[in-house]
Amino acid sequence: MERSLTHIALFAALIAVLGLIPKIDLAAGVPITAQSLGIMLCGTVLGARRGALAVLLFLALVAAGLPLLSGGRGGLGVFAGPSVGYLIGFPVAAFVTGWLMERTTLPTGLAAGAASVIGGIGVLYVFGISGMAIMLDKSLTEAAFLGMAFLPGDILKAVIAGLVTQSLARMRPASLLSRA
Amino acid sequence: MLTLTSPVEIWAHRLPAGVKLAAMALATTGLFLMGSPLGLGLSALATATLYLAGGGGFAMTGLRLLRPLWPFVLVVAAWHLWTGDFAGGAAVTLRMLTAVALANFVTMTTRLSDMIAIFQGLARPLAPFGLAPRRLALAMALVIRFIPVMLDRLAQITDAWSARSARRPRWRVLVPATLAALDDADRAAEALRARGGTG
Repeated sequence: MERSLTHIALFAALIAVLGLIPKIDLAAGVPITAQSLGIMLCGTVLGARRGALAVLLFLALVAAGLPLLSGGRGGLGVFAGPSVGYLIGFPVAAFVTGWLMERTTLPTGLAAGAASVIGGIGVLYVFGISGMAIMLDKSLTEAAFLGMAFLPGDILKAVIAGLVTQSLARMRPASLLSRA
Repeated sequence: MLTLTSPVEIWAHRLPAGVKLAAMALATTGLFLMGSPLGLGLSALATATLYLAGGGGFAMTGLRLLRPLWPFVLVVAAWHLWTGDFAGGAAVTLRMLTAVALANFVTMTTRLSDMIAIFQGLARPLAPFGLAPRRLALAMALVIRFIPVMLDRLAQITDAWSARSARRPRWRVLVPATLAALDDADRAAEALRARGGTG
């Protein structure tokens, strides 16, 4: 009971911390923030239920007024803005990533990378692009065109999520709750 | 850690958080039902007055919070200049800016503790499913406490890397950072259990 709660809380904190790392530090020359990497890791490490709860806890603190989204954004305003679809998609993305991670029999690193691509990119983009289409009054195709700007960075993040999860599995096999 | 609540106290700080949230929900619904650029322009003007009533410093902070929206404004403006639908473009831009500004206004005039109290109230019906308000409050407090701890840890890991290598660590710091988060979670769980559990 306590362990479940602290894992959820610590990973919510991890999402926030990853959003605060300066963009350029993650990979050479590619301006990406690590926040959605945190969402992927919630799924691959904590699994579906706990991963989604960690993301919801993080979003609750953002809504409560803490500037924890990348770029120091936060408060209720971000839920009224054009990126709201991504925020709604965050917990779903973590859930799907975790669910896939729990079900698949692929080797850990590959499973984590593939689950991150499907959950953390595929599912997230469906929500994010639909959100932009509604908020900016554009067609889905036009909104998708805008959303694709982030695709190269997000693929890189899915690869990193796979590598990090694999390293964790090797160093501390019991820590991977998604595979427990 | 800094919150987005404005240190400049204005009249709206004294309103109950629930009232402000309800008013914001109503106003935002209205904005999305409204199609005419004129009505949306008047709403934007009313919102600007709301901010200016709080004084120059308060209004400037509000303006700064809208800054992340400029790429969207730019894209929408370019798109509607291209298609020639100026009224539609104005409506979309005004609606977006007004809705975000109204929501930011509630955040700027509500203390973090009051917002957390609202979440606890919302969680009350979920208590039978394991999300007791006390556990939610405990989890939120843990996150707020551990963010600076993890930032420090990440800085230490980066320093340790730099001391041994001329190359920059990049994503490799994430493995020890995540590992530290998992270990901290185990230790915090033990500490909680030793103090009587989460209730």
